[in-house]
Amino acid sequence: MKEVKIFARAGQGAITTAAILGEALFYQGLYAYAFPHFGAARMGAPMNAFLRFDTQPVRNRSQIYNSDYIIVIEPTLVITQNCFSGLKKGGIAIVAKRENTVLDSPKDVKLVALYAEKIAMEVIGRPFSNTVLLGAFAKATGEVELENILKAVEKRFLGKPEVLKKSLEAVKRGYQAVTE
Amino acid sequence: MRKFLEGSHAVAEAVKRCKPGVISAYPITPQTHIVERIANFVANGELNAQFINVESEHSAASVVLGAEACGVRAFTATSSQGLILMSEVLFNIAGLRLPLVLVCANRALSAPINIWNDHQDAVALRDSGWIMVFAENNQEVHDLIYQAYKVGENPKVMLPVMVNMDGYILTHGMEPVDIPDQALVDKFLPPYNPPYKLDVDNPLSLGLLGDPTVYLETRYALQKTLEEIKDLIPKVGEEFKQLFGRKGLEFVEGYKIEDADSVILAMGSVCGTVKDFVDKKREEGEKIGLLRIIVYRPFPKKIIYELLKEKERLFILEKAISLGMEGPLYTEVKSLFNKPSPKMYGFIAGLGGRDITFNTLEEMLKVGKDKEVSCYFLDVDHSLLKDEFYV
Amino acid sequence: MFGPLAAKPGSSKENKTGSWRTLRKPKFLQKNCIGCGLCKLICPEGCIIGEGKNTYINDELYCKGCGLCSYICPKKDIEMVPERK
Repeated sequence: MKEVKIFARAGQGAITTAAILGEALFYQGLYAYAFPHFGAARMGAPMNAFLRFDTQPVRNRSQIYNSDYIIVIEPTLVITQNCFSGLKKGGIAIVAKRENTVLDSPKDVKLVALYAEKIAMEVIGRPFSNTVLLGAFAKATGEVELENILKAVEKRFLGKPEVLKKSLEAVKRGYQAVTE
Repeated sequence: MRKFLEGSHAVAEAVKRCKPGVISAYPITPQTHIVERIANFVANGELNAQFINVESEHSAASVVLGAEACGVRAFTATSSQGLILMSEVLFNIAGLRLPLVLVCANRALSAPINIWNDHQDAVALRDSGWIMVFAENNQEVHDLIYQAYKVGENPKVMLPVMVNMDGYILTHGMEPVDIPDQALVDKFLPPYNPPYKLDVDNPLSLGLLGDPTVYLETRYALQKTLEEIKDLIPKVGEEFKQLFGRKGLEFVEGYKIEDADSVILAMGSVCGTVKDFVDKKREEGEKIGLLRIIVYRPFPKKIIYELLKEKERLFILEKAISLGMEGPLYTEVKSLFNKPSPKMYGFIAGLGGRDITFNTLEEMLKVGKDKEVSCYFLDVDHSLLKDEFYV
Repeated sequence: MFGPLAAKPGSSKENKTGSWRTLRKPKFLQKNCIGCGLCKLICPEGCIIGEGKNTYINDELYCKGCGLCSYICPKKDIEMVPERK
């Protein structure tokens, strides 16, 4: 079983990210359980979303404290929320960085940092970096095929063709941004 | 068709396929997504039903009572304070023998106000005459809706069913759910055709005064019916399994209990966590198992007794408490055994959404090694309890 | 009883409340009656019939002898009289 923890501010789409990723893994034939950090979220407050996936049905319902992967949508949370502390040894951190972001990641984890917000501004025109990070997740972890992410995004934005086109492009740009 | 759905939407999909004629509900977290989705189905014509907006849960329950009394299949969903506000009507629905199905997104009760999961709301209504079932995952809650109508609407039963799902953990958690074709559901669940209803062409009064000469008999009949359901429930579960190819309704689910010395008893979604925990402890060489109680009312006394009478230790893990006594499930399980009986340990955990982790469960086993406890609170932060009041 | 407590219409007809009457019963004098119909309206058993002046009469099978008709009559045209046994 693999576990993913997503860090964001409420409104940045942490739950959407977990839902799309879960759906993509589901298309891949895996069992996934995507859930938000339960509570009354206010726009801007730090919040989490979680994802477990496995070849077997996921049964464990507790929150995630030690994850294989983290996705950080909001770089200012790296320090305030101590994002790296719950990442397993050998885990992968996918972080949306900004020009001034300082990333002191532990030595035993792999850090994949990209200018996701900048890419989102270019492609979508609004700072929604979560779809960009989904593409990056697919490339960096190899856990999920890009096409399954695209399929899940397609389903999510079925009723909004404009958003869909841009979001698909954002996922692809995120995928390409990860080079190693 | 398999879909990746949150529990609330899994419920809505099942309700749609049961074709209720009337839905009435009042929004309350974490139930809201259920009725939002059903309202969508009604608005876009996927479900031909009356969605009646009301000003409170008391009214919502009254509306569905009226609908059921008129012979129409009805549905409502609520949570926590909403369920308690409904409670006056809920006792009536059972007493009037109306087979309503209600989904309760289990949530803690105020005060302090808390929107997170525990089982206190449903457990507080355990004496109401309702059939009560607790689901472990989204697939199960989806399947339970069909079976709830099937059991409740049986002419020999005619009782309401409360389907319980853990708030947030299931209602807001997304999982793969297998959704059956409408044709299959129609085969399993025929249209509702009650033996009695309010009908202008064939007039009848329901809700009469039951004076001391008859009231007692109505209660006797409720109790008898609930006792006799014991044969029907496995039958409905078997029929479901035959048609849908999935596990059907059962009173309890045993997980690795055959050779276990110690058994954990619990209800709801936490059982998933406990199953993983059992696997872990088994790897460490402990002979441990889980007995998940699915049907809480009628309480499967004999089944639990037969399965557990030879065990050494029972750990009863509850998300509710009868304040001033102990966990209600602990009381009930304890009452089944005469001496010699297994050693029993009662634990309260996860109240108000406190996360139940492997550490919680380890603490439970550790406490059980030292002494027998009847009402031990797990994960208590004693630093919060020093002052006269917490500020 | 393995269903709700229910009743078919007409059950009150079978309950002959006239047997409850003790000591007195109304006597409709039919002298000064103005046909206001108040006695008919107030009767808890609905057992008074009549239409127009000096026509009202009770059905003794159901009349409980409560005396409300006599009490309400503006013309004092209904008397309560001892029951003849």
